[in-house]
Amino acid sequence: MVSLRPRALLARVPNRGLFCAGAVITLLVIALVIVGMVWMPYEPTAMSADRLQGVSVAHPLGTDKMGRDILSRVMYGSRITLLVALGTMAIGAGLGILVGAVTGYYGGIVDEVVMRVTDGLFAFPSVLLALVFVSLFGSSTLNVMWALGIAFVPSFARVSRSEVIRCKHLDYVKNARLMGVRDVRVIFVHILPNMRGVLLSNLMIGFNNAVLSEAGLSFLGIGSQPPFASLGQMISEAQEVFFIVPSAVLGPGLVIVLMVLGFSLMGEGLRSEEGRMA
Amino acid sequence: MQDAPLSQDKPILAIRDLHLEFHDHGRPEVVVEDLSFELRRAEILGIVGESGSGKSMTALAIAGLLNRHALDCSGTILFDGVDLLHCGRATLRRYQGDEISMIFQEPMTSLDPLQRIGMQVEEALRIHRAELSAAERRKMAIRAMAAAGLPDPEQVYGMYPHELSGGMRQRVMIAAATVLKPQILIADEPTTALDVTTQAQIIALLRTINAEDQTAIVFISHDLSLVRQLCHRVIVMRKGVAVESGASDEVFRNPRHPYTKALVDAIPKVVLER
Ligand SMILES: Nc1ncnc2c1ncn2[C@@H]1O[C@H](COP(=O)(O)OP(=O)(O)O)[C@@H](O)[C@H]1O
Ligand SMILES: [Mg+2]
Repeated sequence: MVSLRPRALLARVPNRGLFCAGAVITLLVIALVIVGMVWMPYEPTAMSADRLQGVSVAHPLGTDKMGRDILSRVMYGSRITLLVALGTMAIGAGLGILVGAVTGYYGGIVDEVVMRVTDGLFAFPSVLLALVFVSLFGSSTLNVMWALGIAFVPSFARVSRSEVIRCKHLDYVKNARLMGVRDVRVIFVHILPNMRGVLLSNLMIGFNNAVLSEAGLSFLGIGSQPPFASLGQMISEAQEVFFIVPSAVLGPGLVIVLMVLGFSLMGEGLRSEEGRMA
Repeated sequence: MQDAPLSQDKPILAIRDLHLEFHDHGRPEVVVEDLSFELRRAEILGIVGESGSGKSMTALAIAGLLNRHALDCSGTILFDGVDLLHCGRATLRRYQGDEISMIFQEPMTSLDPLQRIGMQVEEALRIHRAELSAAERRKMAIRAMAAAGLPDPEQVYGMYPHELSGGMRQRVMIAAATVLKPQILIADEPTTALDVTTQAQIIALLRTINAEDQTAIVFISHDLSLVRQLCHRVIVMRKGVAVESGASDEVFRNPRHPYTKALVDAIPKVVLER
């Protein structure tokens, strides 16, 4: 069994300082989302006559051009953005790791074919791929998650494939096979846990790409439908009033930056010189 | 030296014309050529030869661990009426860990760093004796660990590999390999990575396992003095070919092939005269 005592795990993180700084930032963002699920200053979709107000006690981040409270909308938007990023990761990393593990473990013709297909997918920018997907299946939060998730499969497949190939020649993996252990168990019990370092830092990087891609798509008007908005959509809507209410852009922008920064720092902290957890 | 098992014992493993050839780097490379030998019940068979002579490949072939994609294999490895060289993975799995086990040279890398020792010793039980309860498994594992000479097996059971020394890990490997009392144990240079004292202890342990459980052992080494101490019979390999074989006393006292002579001459005198 993997040792899950937090202290023991933390002691093995190569760069604890970076990791902890990232964790604190990430916890801040998560706290914002959780507080938003319990309490928000206003209904995020409630319009009022107080349009385009600057920063004030009543509206700490001001109001947008429909008189909606920006802080409440940032809290709600963070939730959508986080959800899309996590969903994207679940799909992209889940499928990608599975594909990479199977092709890397078995090799041969299946490996050739699957890897050529993912190479093909890899050649498309993920945002473009997602655009095609969304235009085929419609624009919704869920579809954006699937579109980005599938676009992320190739990069995870590659990383996990090369790690599995490295691990399958290790003595203890050979040894497990020698005991008559089934392939599925060899992969899930002996190989995957031992590539957690590389997987973890790739998950962090992938999460960031997901946040940024989602923001990019939202900026283009793709994703959840108004009046609900993710952070990217808020920025897109607010750009024309930037000079009147800068906080309408800076507020959601800051949360995106914090999300990405938090995960980047954690990912960096996890990486030792050889690129894997010590 | 100990008495060789009765020669009328019928072989439990018969290798006929084993031929292994790599063809992955363009030009073919023969690593084992027309190798034939038998392993009898409860016998310790040594395979010696310089490094690169194909000993490990032979061991992997018997254990069913060859990557058949990258190799041309011909010949047969007959165990229990089944050709291990050509049967399917499912058939191999039935024997692996149950009837045929293997231990490797590197005790430092042969254990999964993330799993407790107990889990790893129990692996073969979970697969081949799924009907056992967790408590029964634990009991058998601890018994095997005690038999492998691990002090305080109850405590070692809950430890991680990095908490053990090289010699202890090799004992764990042996416990895991013998927990089901296999008919055949393949030991590929099991003591090469250990210091001399530990080496002697492991050799003694292998001898005990052989005597008590009637386990046949294929002992691979480039250390002739070890082979001489332990093995009933010996095969001398060179460049994939068996150049000489026979009762180990006979081969060492009276080497016929010039290569064997050279090997025997290279044994330090101190050991020879002991
Ligand atoms: N993947 C491979 N491709 C080509 N040749 C290999 C490969 N693996 C091992 N060999 C060759 O097989 C030969 C036998 O190796 P091995 O059985 O490990 O020797 P030993 O255990 O006796 O030291 C060596 O000459 C080695 O170069
Ligand atoms: Mg070898």
